[in-house]
Parts: sequence; C-alpha cells; structure tokens
Amino acid sequence: MNQPHFTYEAEGHTLIVHLPEELDHHNCSGLKYETDLILSENYIKRILFDFSKTRFMDSSGLGILLNRYKQMALSGGTVAIYGAGAQALRILKMGGILKLMKLYDSKEAAVTG
Amino acid sequence: MSEQNKPEVLKMELEALSKNEEFARVAVVVFMARLNPTLEEVDDVKTAVSEAVTNAVIHGYRGEGGIIYLEVAVIDQEISITIRDTGVGIPDVKQAMEPMYTTDPDGERSGMGFSFMEAFMDQVEVLSAPGEGTAVTMKKKISG
Repeated sequence: MNQPHFTYEAEGHTLIVHLPEELDHHNCSGLKYETDLILSENYIKRILFDFSKTRFMDSSGLGILLNRYKQMALSGGTVAIYGAGAQALRILKMGGILKLMKLYDSKEAAVTG
Repeated sequence: MSEQNKPEVLKMELEALSKNEEFARVAVVVFMARLNPTLEEVDDVKTAVSEAVTNAVIHGYRGEGGIIYLEVAVIDQEISITIRDTGVGIPDVKQAMEPMYTTDPDGERSGMGFSFMEAFMDQVEVLSAPGEGTAVTMKKKISG
C-alpha cells in the first residue's frame, strides 16, 4: 500500500494541500486528479500549498503549482504558499512563482491572508 | 601521476521508473560527498539530476520504461554527470532547451527542466538523435 503523497484539509472556502517531502514528478502523479475532484465537488476560492514538510522540489513541482494557479485564476480564485524552505524557495523564485502567489511564513498567517 | 588526477567513477543502470528519480539524485549526491560540497551545491546537483532523469522517464521512454544509464566522474573538484537513454530522442534540441517549452498537453509540466540544469550546473551538453536516444552531460566545479 502506497502512502498518500498529498493530504488535503478544508478551512471554509480554502483548500490546504499538504505537500510531500520530495515534490518531484513521481510524487506529483496523483495531484491533478485529486485536486480536480475536490475543486469540482466543493466551492473553493483559495488554495494554500503547505511546504513545511518539503525538503526537495524540482520543475515537476513547479508545473503542478502553475497549473493549479491557472485553474484558480480562471474562476477568480487565488493560490498562496507557506512554510517553504531554502531549496524550495530558490526553485519558486527561479520559476517566477512568487509573482503569482503570495508567500507566508506560517499556516496561521496564510489562512488569515 | 598523483592520486588526485585520477577520476573516480560511479556507473549505474536504472529502470526508467518514476520512483527511481529520487534514487538517482540521492545516489549522485552521496557519491559527490567526497568533494565536500556546500549544501547549496548539493541542492544544485540534486535538482539538475532530477530534471535529467525525469526527462528520460517521461520523454525519452514516454513513460513506457527502458534503461537509464547514469555515469558520474569526479576529478580535481569537478563533477561530471552523464544521463543517457536509448529512447525516442529529441528532434530539435535547441527548441527543447528553450525555457517554458513543453510538449505536455495537460499543462502539468513547467517546461523548465533544461533551464534548471543550465542554471544549476556550469556546463550542459545535450546529444540526441530521433530513434536513438538522448545523452545529457553536465559539469560543475565544487568549491570544496
């Protein structure tokens, strides 16, 4: 039995996605299907990506973030990030993500917005 | 000849499965530990290897499996990594290396793989021929 790579939590109309330790192509495989399902069945205005457990990400992680951003932008929603460590931050900056998504230090700050 | 000028080499053959992406990048950074890299250098190499191996899994072998050949050599504080597949090859390497270029119809791929390899390594060379496969060689000086 494989451990789930992503876990999800709802806070009102906000969906919190807890990301895995290694945010690579292998671990990203289920995310599109799972978030599509959640977004189709719930009224979600905001997605928060929780990086607090993530020690590594590459361009595959960037791809899934960008796609969720596009998806949310179409419905007028937003996407934000919290808990990113040094390695993830470098990738996020290089990928231009921080121009599209707000960055918070903690879950509390991110939920409050 | 001094010991220092002799390259030390790691050679591996990996099945082109997505779960081997993590194994490949970890194996390379454990091997490079002998160069006493900084944490940032470790992250750089780890990311570059992850990008090249992922490309082989997704693009080289179209997710249908095959063998990825990984060769790492260290000499005089330089690491040289070659990741080779015998998959479909890249028809236009120049185009494939453009930032944001992707062939993925779902939009889940960022198209930043080669850009990251170039950003994190000193030198990236891509040899590819349609029907024969792709070899990516990346080099980086490690401060030690």
